[in-house]
This record gives sequence, C-alpha cells and structure tokens, in this order.
Amino acid sequence: MKTVEEIKAAIEAAVPGAVVEIVLNPSPSGQHSLRLAPGHAVEVAQFLRDDAELALDFLSNVTGVDWPDKEITEKVKVTRTVMKTVDGVEQQVEETVDEARKRVVPGYLEVVYHFFSMAKKHGPVVLRMRTVNRTDQVELPSLTPIWRSAEFQEREIFDLYGVVFTGHPDLRRLLMWDGFKDHPMRRDYVDPDDYEYEPTAHDAVLARAAAHKAAQQSASPEGTGVGQ
Amino acid sequence: MTTTSTAFLREKMEEGWNRPPVIAPEGEGELLEIAMGPHHPSTHGVFRMDLALDGERVVRLKPVFGYLHRNHEKIAEQISYLASMPYTDRLDYICSLTNNWAYALAVEKLTGQEVPERAEYIRVILAEFTRIQNHASAIGFLIQEMGASGTPLMYAFKEREKILDLFETLTGSRMMCNYMRFGGCRVDVSAAWLEEARKVVAGLPRFIDEFENLLSGNEILMARCQGVGILRPELAVNAGITGPMLRGSGVNYDIRKVDHYGIYDRFKFRVPLGDHGDVYDRYMVRILEMRESITILNQALKEIPGGPVMDPKAKIRGFRPKPGEAYGRIEAPKGELGFYLISDGGPNPYRYRVRPPSLVNLTVLEDMCLGSDVADVVLIFGSVDIVLGEVDR
Repeated sequence: MKTVEEIKAAIEAAVPGAVVEIVLNPSPSGQHSLRLAPGHAVEVAQFLRDDAELALDFLSNVTGVDWPDKEITEKVKVTRTVMKTVDGVEQQVEETVDEARKRVVPGYLEVVYHFFSMAKKHGPVVLRMRTVNRTDQVELPSLTPIWRSAEFQEREIFDLYGVVFTGHPDLRRLLMWDGFKDHPMRRDYVDPDDYEYEPTAHDAVLARAAAHKAAQQSASPEGTGVGQ
Repeated sequence: MTTTSTAFLREKMEEGWNRPPVIAPEGEGELLEIAMGPHHPSTHGVFRMDLALDGERVVRLKPVFGYLHRNHEKIAEQISYLASMPYTDRLDYICSLTNNWAYALAVEKLTGQEVPERAEYIRVILAEFTRIQNHASAIGFLIQEMGASGTPLMYAFKEREKILDLFETLTGSRMMCNYMRFGGCRVDVSAAWLEEARKVVAGLPRFIDEFENLLSGNEILMARCQGVGILRPELAVNAGITGPMLRGSGVNYDIRKVDHYGIYDRFKFRVPLGDHGDVYDRYMVRILEMRESITILNQALKEIPGGPVMDPKAKIRGFRPKPGEAYGRIEAPKGELGFYLISDGGPNPYRYRVRPPSLVNLTVLEDMCLGSDVADVVLIFGSVDIVLGEVDR
C-alpha cells in the first residue's frame, strides 16, 4: 500500500487546489493520517474511491472528535523599567522577569474517516477534516453521496457533536430525540439534573390549581370553609 | 468477486444509484403509515420502522434508533481503559467475547503490547465458539420470524447452551464474560476445560447436519427466503456492509483473511460466499461459516501450546498509553467491529469510538425492503442479524 506521503502527492497531483497535510501518529499503531481542507473534500473523496491504485471503496468508520478551546499558559521573558532604590538613591533600573501569559487556542470539531479497500484488500487510510470553530461555523462537506456507509454515522456525529454536513440527503438526529437541544458528546456538555423531567399536562393542571387556590385564599381570608 | 468498477460508479453516480429508489404508489387512495415497533416482537429489542404502505407493498421505510441509547462512548471517556472492558460486553450481548477481543486489540495497537501464544489460541477458540452460537441463534430467530414458532430456535438454543456452559466454566458468566485483558486473557484454561471443549466441538457437526436436514431443503423456508431482500454487491460495498451479509452478496471480504489479526494466518479455512444476495444466501452463508468455525476450532484445540496467558510484567494499574491513536477491528459474527481510540497520555481515553456492525448494516434495510410485502420486512430485518445494544450504544 502507498504511504501517506505518496497518497498526499497523488491527491495533490489529481485534484489541483486540494490542501492536504500529514498528521503523524506517534503511537506504535503507526496509523498516520491526512488532514484535508474542506474546500475540495468531495473531489478528493471521489478520487480516492475511483483511483485504480488506491481503490478505497469501503468507508468503514466515521468518528467525531471534539477539541475544545484550550487555555495555554506560557512563560515569556519581559524586560521593563522599574523604580528601585540602589545605594540609597532612587533610580530607574531595567530588569528582566518571567511573566506568565495566557493564550487561548481556539477549539474545533474534527471528523475522522477510516477507509479500506475491498478490491485491493489494504488499509486503513485515515482522513480528517476540521471545522473552523465549535459554535457557528461547524459545516463540513458530507461524504454520504460517495460512500453510503457514512449516512448513519454522519447523522450520529450531527446528533452528538453538532457538525452540520452539507450535502447530506437526510440530516436528522439519530440517537437523541428530535426535540433535544444540546450535543451530548461535546467535552463541555453538562447533563441535566433530572433526565426524567418533561413538562407534562399534569404540570399545567397543578399550576392552574395553585393559582386558583391563591385567589380563593385572598378572597376569603378566614379559609375556604372546609372542616369548620 | 464483483468489484465496483470505476466506470460503473461514474455512470451510476448521476442517477443517485446508492440511494433507496422512490416507488410510486399504484392505484388511488392514501398511503397507510404505520410505526412497526418499538415493541414489535420481531425487532429483537426496541427498534422502530416507520413504514408507508400501499396495500401490502412497502413504499417507504425509515428506521428510528435511540431507544437503548446510553452514550456508551461518553461513559468510556470518563473511566479508565480497563474499566470499559465490562461495558463492551453489553454492546452486542450475544457475543461478548468478540467485543472484548476487538477492544483489547485496539488498545494493544495503541500501546504496542505483545500477546502470548497461548492467549492468542484461547482468543481464537472463544471467538469461533461465539461465532457458532451467534449464527445458530440468528438462524433460529430468523425462522421463528418466519412462523416456525419455537422449535428451530430451541434446537439452536440447545447447542448454544453447551457453548455458554463452557463460557461460564471459564469466565464465570454465561453472557457477560469480561474475559480478555490488554496483552492476554484474565485466567488460564485448564486441561479439563479443553477436554470438555473438544467434546462440544465433536458434537457440533452432527447438530449442524440435523439443523440443515430440517431447514435447508424445507419448501416453506425456500419459498419465503429465495429472491427476497436482494442486496446487490455494488451497493453492499458502497454502504459499508460487512460480515455474513456482505459475503451473502458474493463479495469475498473476511477480516480474518485480510488483516490476519491474532493468529488467523495459521489456520486453514474457507470463506463461504453467496451468489444471489437474498435472505436464503445469508442463511446459507451462516450455516457454512459455522462449519468453517468448527474446522478452525479443531485445529486450534489440537495445536494450543503451553505457557502464560498474560505477560506477568504487564502494567495493569496506572495504565497510561502514550499520546496517539489507533483503530483496531476484528471480524465479529455480525461484521466488522472496530474500536477507535485517541490517547492524550491520561488514564482515560480522550476519544473512544465503537464502529458497530449492526448499525452500519441497517443502512441498506430500506433498499432491501422497498417493493416487498410487510411480512417480508420482518424476514429481511431478521436476516440482517442485529443486536440493539450495539446499534444504539
């Protein structure tokens, strides 16, 4: 099978304008991956499937990964001028100190695809794509028109991570119910105190009863007359 | 093998060939929309199919998932690597040992651990036993749904019980085995257990012969199964179908032969293939796979060497793989079961993903069912062989 470098070269030769970057995997598994800019993803995908040598006709696994905003604290050497008393005389002195600076690396959502070839019996080839951020620019091109096996798995990622796949023929929630608002697999998801709570008709009845009771009590301060 | 040729794909792509066809209803009147499930007896759990019927004919079918969803993946990200092992039993609760193996394999790929020879043999023996009992009960359920209430299923369960007894003697549990560990197995098998296993294996061919005598040539079974729920090989490959369903459509792809994970390269066995891709072929592939599993079991039980089942120096407490990622997959009885793990160097996986064969195999359920009768939907669904614990996770 081709190495990731060769696959990268093949993609760049076949799809002009495609931006591919190699992501090395330090673990003993040695499954290095290719990060793809979402711009030409569909053309690249089509090339990977139709290329006679790669023939990646089998998309096995589609995974979402959440990388939240990371706050990194760095030590920076800063030179500044301070007033100091030296030998009994106050004067300006330059000194260098270490200062901790915080920097926020913006987070993103990532989708990882694992491909194999049934015709050539090789694999896996790992592709990854990332969204711009985690809040409002979460669109990625869907690969479902090219590999049908992505259909349910991309729906699951849309459901649990909130990645919006453009071009998906039937993008609905897969596991959570339709009225559900959040994306449970995100790292910052907070689960509700009471999973069972649902506003029911019974709640409305209770609320009306409480209002009715309060109104009655204010009308006759002596009580309702029951039990007298 | 019928491969998906580039020319074929290019030609068909414009037509949206890999989408379920749109069927126009015949005649006048409205379509009948019914929800089949979530508590329909044929759905093997809680699963719903929203059907639109034109008379008896299915013109639309949308599967609805999530009734058993417990976010297994999220739970696994909050506990240590080893603590997820018992949870994997609950994915496909019929075949807990292959789930254990797939997870152990992924972690071993992540850390580069070696597995001792004896442990590899034990894994193969247990996995093939699991395959036999899964296929036997899958066929039993399939025929139960055809209307043969009880009897074939009880024949299958009679044999399954012997295998589950073996699991219980070894692991302490019939179904929730929790047996494999990263770099080996939890306890060693005894000589008495191996002897008992040989006895069970010796009885299996007779069981399959009996089962086949009753079923394979049965007129009702043939009438109901042949030519029903046809899945074309091109679509099967494109939709990521794996396991007996894929091989029933005639595509020669068995991960035991392709990846040679474990020690599968040492055993001689054949990969049975179907020809028509219908329900009958899937039934037949399962029967033949059971027979091939018996040959693997015979070889493994003969050749099993002595030695440890786990490296005594393997680190169990404070297990922290180095940062990196790995995707490990095995040929589970239902198809390709994969685990994808990302480690950030901590004691818990940063990302833990299960690639469930049951969920992906349901992708083509609509394609196979459209145009057939409601009674056949039950049958086609049964031939996919799913477990809802794995579909919804």
